[in-house]
Amino acid sequence: MSLLRQSRNILSNLRAKSLAKRLMHFKFEPDNPPTNLGPTENMNYLKALTNAMDISLENDPTAIIFGEDVAFGGVFRCTVGLREKYGNDRVFNTPLCEQGIVGFGIGAAVAGSTAIAEIQFADYILPAFDQIVNEAAKYRYRSGGLFECGKLTIRTPCGAVGHGALYHSQTPEAYFAHSTGLKVVIPRSPIQAKGLLLACIRDDNPCIFLEPKILYRAAEEEVPVGDYTLPLSQAEVLREGSDVTLIGYGTQIHVLKEVAELAAKDGISCEVIDLVTILPWDADTVCTSVSKTGRCVITHESPVTGGFAGEVAATIQKECFLNLEAPVERVCGYDTPFPHVLEPFFMPDKWRCLQAVKNVVNY
Amino acid sequence: MFFQPLGIRTYSAEATFPIKPIDTHKLENSPATEVQINKDDAISYYTKMQIIRRMELKADQLYKQKIIRGFCHLYDGQEACCAGIEASLTPKDDVITAYRAHGWAFIRGVPVCNILAELFGRKLGCAKGKGGSMHMYSKNFYGGNGIVGAQVPLGAGIAFAHKYRNSDTVTVACYGDGAANQGQIFESFNMSQLWKLPAIFVCENNRYGMGTSVERASASTDYFTRGDYIPGLRVDGMDVLAVREATRFAKEYAVKEGPILMELVTYRYHGHSMSDPGTSYRTRDEVKEIRKNLDPIMSFRDKIISAGFVTKQDVATIDAEVKQHVENETAKALASTEPDFDQIASDIYVTDTPLSIRSCNIYNKLHHQPSV
Repeated sequence: MSLLRQSRNILSNLRAKSLAKRLMHFKFEPDNPPTNLGPTENMNYLKALTNAMDISLENDPTAIIFGEDVAFGGVFRCTVGLREKYGNDRVFNTPLCEQGIVGFGIGAAVAGSTAIAEIQFADYILPAFDQIVNEAAKYRYRSGGLFECGKLTIRTPCGAVGHGALYHSQTPEAYFAHSTGLKVVIPRSPIQAKGLLLACIRDDNPCIFLEPKILYRAAEEEVPVGDYTLPLSQAEVLREGSDVTLIGYGTQIHVLKEVAELAAKDGISCEVIDLVTILPWDADTVCTSVSKTGRCVITHESPVTGGFAGEVAATIQKECFLNLEAPVERVCGYDTPFPHVLEPFFMPDKWRCLQAVKNVVNY
Repeated sequence: MFFQPLGIRTYSAEATFPIKPIDTHKLENSPATEVQINKDDAISYYTKMQIIRRMELKADQLYKQKIIRGFCHLYDGQEACCAGIEASLTPKDDVITAYRAHGWAFIRGVPVCNILAELFGRKLGCAKGKGGSMHMYSKNFYGGNGIVGAQVPLGAGIAFAHKYRNSDTVTVACYGDGAANQGQIFESFNMSQLWKLPAIFVCENNRYGMGTSVERASASTDYFTRGDYIPGLRVDGMDVLAVREATRFAKEYAVKEGPILMELVTYRYHGHSMSDPGTSYRTRDEVKEIRKNLDPIMSFRDKIISAGFVTKQDVATIDAEVKQHVENETAKALASTEPDFDQIASDIYVTDTPLSIRSCNIYNKLHHQPSV
């Protein structure tokens, strides 16, 4: 290939990459690693997950990983190297059958295995909905505690990615939030992802672990290399403030952090809370915060009607009614299927969130 | 409006070709071992397959230029499947398939510019630019479906409609070797057989479910037998004449008796989608071998030249015209613009009265367009 064409290719690649970065609707800022967890290593989100699964399989001889294409490393490279290290009988591919994958996982977990199932995209988890909601979530209850599938963890990439369109962009947290018996977790960063995945795997309740796929490579942090877990059902206050509480999870947290910075320029002090666990969610931290600030904006990518923000808003208005200075605002996706080329309009981006902040402050 | 090549000199009018024996499952009769074809049909099949090939290669090119984004699953290598099946169907028969749908959309009558515009996400697209690669539809073509295997029960339901209306038509429900392991496929088989629905279930076995070869995914790779109580055929999916003959046989059976399964053994040159180079789970040599020895278009080309329907020069002319046609259609598609913003909140419901759709900020509601 001629030198001219080569250089043109390089330039167009660079332009494409920077274009992609410019088109991302958020900015990822790494957290400082916890100081008490030992040495750290630079890892992106997906490597943090691989690390967590590696630790799991090393310490728990009953741990198995299965799903579509996990053996060669997975379509997002989250399970790279694990089959080579732990063998075919612990890291293996399943055929293309989500209902079968989850059902099989429930069975394996009931029989004593630590089953880590992967559903290739959260959009495909719906054929397995019955297994998750009717079989996994209710097992302990209907058997009076005799049987349970607590050692089941279902990992699945979710969320908008810029070009995923209808079936590669959904985040189904709302459907599962409605099924007690499950735990639903959605980490915002690599440090969180590793600690929370280890926590979910070890938790004695079936867990749905939602991984915002746009963060797989975009999020890089210094992650502790040792074995550590982070607490489930504990929301985290990422930024303290006094005027308005911003609540979100997953990728949206990074949008909110930027919104807080923008609002600060207008003299609005924002408190940013990451819910971390959707079910069971930490209402105490949230209500304590809203009681302090008196104003609240909740945001998520999923459509607004029936979305999880409704649950949070209803709880806040009941618990913090006398402290509220303005109605609770929700900034969510449209009540439409996730669009194809019209995605940028659908997303609850930082400008929409900032507008909501101004609305509650000026109420 | 379908494109017709010009300037082909007249040679012989009809020819007979042998086809590879078709394996059968639970069938007393089997399709013929020889097929007759006339010149016009031959040129038509060749031209259509070549258009699909060119269109898919164009899509590949445009994807790399980032004019097409998102998920794009190309059909090149499998042209004989849709062309052969369509050759034995009428426009009143229905077809439904999964996401590798561009070839099917074309063969069912969607012009190339509308397919490409849909890939670009433009107004001229056959789904108004709102569906993209996996969601293309047309009269008697139900898409274009993203979730693996989910289209097969739909196919059974559409077949029911044919039976209900007492028409001598069938529904062709396509799925792949990966989808063959979905539970809903077997649910569809059961319902279709129980109610004797005129359904032809077509398994386009291109040997790989994404990156997993058939041996590693299926306990039985004899997909044509997996309907169990439903009879089946296994056909060489790289031979458009074999596919045509098998479909003719299958349609006759389906209208009279009930569902039938047809496995087409075929191959895709591209990876699963444009994000998949297609070489990490199969060797480049394998792809090259198939291109050299089994290419559906080249082998059919050799047949029609040997039959005296056309000369090498005629074929070259057709190829050039096809290439130009695809270029023209691409230009038309590129000239189209993205859907207007109000399209984001339309086609969700059927509504006569005003309906508002909540948006990101609950104070700014969107207005659902009234249904046309």
